[in-house]
Amino acid sequence: MAIDLGFWTLQALNALQLSMLLFLLSIGLTVIFGLMHFVNLAHGALYALGAYFAAWLAAYGGFWLAFLLAPVAVAGVGVLLYSGLIKRMRKSGPMAQVLVTFGLIFALLDLTRIFWGDLPQVLDAPAMLDGRLAFFGIEYPTYRVFIIVLGLVVLAALAFVLGRTQIGAMIRAGVDNDAMAACLGINVEKLFFVVFCVGCALAGLAGAVAAPLLSVTPEMGLQILIPTLIVIVIGGLGSLKGAIAGSLIYGVVQTFGAVLAPQLASVLIYALLAAVLVIKPTGLFPAKG
Amino acid sequence: MKRTILAALGLATGIAMPAAAADDIKVGLLLPFSGVYAALGNEIEAGFTLGLDHFGAETEATFSVVSQDTEVKPPVALGKAKKLILQDKVDVMAGIVSSGVLGAVRDMVHGAGVPLIVANAGNDAATGMDCSPFITRMSFSNGQVNRPMGTWMQAQGINKVYTLAPDYAAGRQMIDGFVETFTAAGGEIVGQEFTPFQKTQDFGPYLAQAKASGADAVYVFYAGGEAISFVKQYDSFGLKADLPLYGAGFLTSPLYVNAEGPAAEGVITALHYVPTIDSPANAEFVAAFVAKTGRVPSEFAVHGYDAARALVEASKTGANDRATLAAALRGVSFDGPRGQMSIDPATNNVVQPIYVYETVAGDTGLTQRVLAQLPAEADPVNGCAMPAISN
Repeated sequence: MAIDLGFWTLQALNALQLSMLLFLLSIGLTVIFGLMHFVNLAHGALYALGAYFAAWLAAYGGFWLAFLLAPVAVAGVGVLLYSGLIKRMRKSGPMAQVLVTFGLIFALLDLTRIFWGDLPQVLDAPAMLDGRLAFFGIEYPTYRVFIIVLGLVVLAALAFVLGRTQIGAMIRAGVDNDAMAACLGINVEKLFFVVFCVGCALAGLAGAVAAPLLSVTPEMGLQILIPTLIVIVIGGLGSLKGAIAGSLIYGVVQTFGAVLAPQLASVLIYALLAAVLVIKPTGLFPAKG
Repeated sequence: MKRTILAALGLATGIAMPAAAADDIKVGLLLPFSGVYAALGNEIEAGFTLGLDHFGAETEATFSVVSQDTEVKPPVALGKAKKLILQDKVDVMAGIVSSGVLGAVRDMVHGAGVPLIVANAGNDAATGMDCSPFITRMSFSNGQVNRPMGTWMQAQGINKVYTLAPDYAAGRQMIDGFVETFTAAGGEIVGQEFTPFQKTQDFGPYLAQAKASGADAVYVFYAGGEAISFVKQYDSFGLKADLPLYGAGFLTSPLYVNAEGPAAEGVITALHYVPTIDSPANAEFVAAFVAKTGRVPSEFAVHGYDAARALVEASKTGANDRATLAAALRGVSFDGPRGQMSIDPATNNVVQPIYVYETVAGDTGLTQRVLAQLPAEADPVNGCAMPAISN
């Protein structure tokens, strides 16, 4: 095999691209968990909804309209979920929360089947992102570069908001100790609500950008859920740093595992997960010490 | 021991069954209407209903159909099969999309002596090692679809091939079938990879490897959602021009080829059915299916259609209960949308021609251009020692 520098660059980009997609998904889930101590397993279903909304909207207004509106629509679903279910479940303990959101996965999955049917939906990348870019002596699909850039932009924006703004400080305070934050006059409930909606919107965004790359099927939410959970467990619950580290580790292990040890490709990440749980049960970068 | 009990159970229900009116045949459809293969289940059911409507008048028997959802889960399917056999007391069953489900219900069906017309599941072993006189397959076997393609591609001057498929029984059987004839014809496999089944969303790492392997072409088997992701990603990396994509025809099935879009253009695959086969029987089927559902039939629809037709043909011989239907199904042959097809009595698998087709842009979306019709070949017996029907 003619394996050269170009080959490894290509694989590194593949790893980065997968990492960014998972980052968009896991950051919402991890911050919701860190802040609210709420395990929202339905996060994957919201990602699938994002893809469906995007495919549906693109039929009317093209990719960019879908790209902008699908996250808003998913955030809308998030509002409904929050006011209808999540708010009531806040104090009912993790087991009940897991069961309810696990049930939600199947309810949302069947709703997408009822509305859109079982056949896969189509969402094509826009013409300007359709080709390939040539750099460092390799050609790489423009759309994948777009995903990488988008992931980095979202990362920068979140890092800025969480680290440099007042609302970010409030969120961090809430993650650290929500009772104390409430005592200091922060409206923690309102904060939860906003964070939950932003998390949902990011899941929707991930679904919308994944749609042209993958196939839009009712099961896509279930398929992405386990990788996402692995990312946040490895990275550590509740922190931005954890989400980005977990995503990068997952992307690199998955991609280079497939290249270097294909027989072990599906085992490697689980072995790593087990190792992390044994050595650092709280993950690599937990939000709380 | 388990088989004896099941056999005894089957015998007992056979005796207990009230002598149904000789001309009413109760059919149990065992298909996934939810889960990953729901689209396939619906497509097969549509084909089956159409087949009964179309050919039902040719026999004096009437058919009543009971449908059950397998959810593509072997334990669920086994429960549903039990219900159909013991409670609904069906005379014949048809369906089964997943080979895992087929494996789960095989002993039950065999023990109870209920004929089963397999309308999709392609596991080679079902008409090989695990063959049963009660299980007749009207769809395809994994090896059957791919074997002719090995010889054909070599004859086209393709000498080095890289193969990719999901890592599960069907993926391996499909690729093994191809590799066997391709290497026998003098071709060389320069690389092979099996991707984690239903866990692989990003094929990028594998595509970069295929590109670096120095192959003339890539041969793959993927189906459903994985097929869509694969074909789109293959095209986005710009591999199609230098490294043509070949495969088992499920890759670009008419059921979902439109979700692949222009990325599927130029992909050459082999399958036992494409909607553009030029024959009166197929033209009639396509017109009827389009009128009913508004879309072009896929290979899955024709499985259902031909399963229904096989049932009608069997009942035309006077067969009307489990034992006689099982015997008659094994002798079925007719000229259908797929061409001349028959059942090989040595394995109970279908014998049918294989079509090599290219996916091309048509007036209304993507269509299939048939490049070659490869002659029908019976599968090797593959360890099948067909027991006699004793019930």
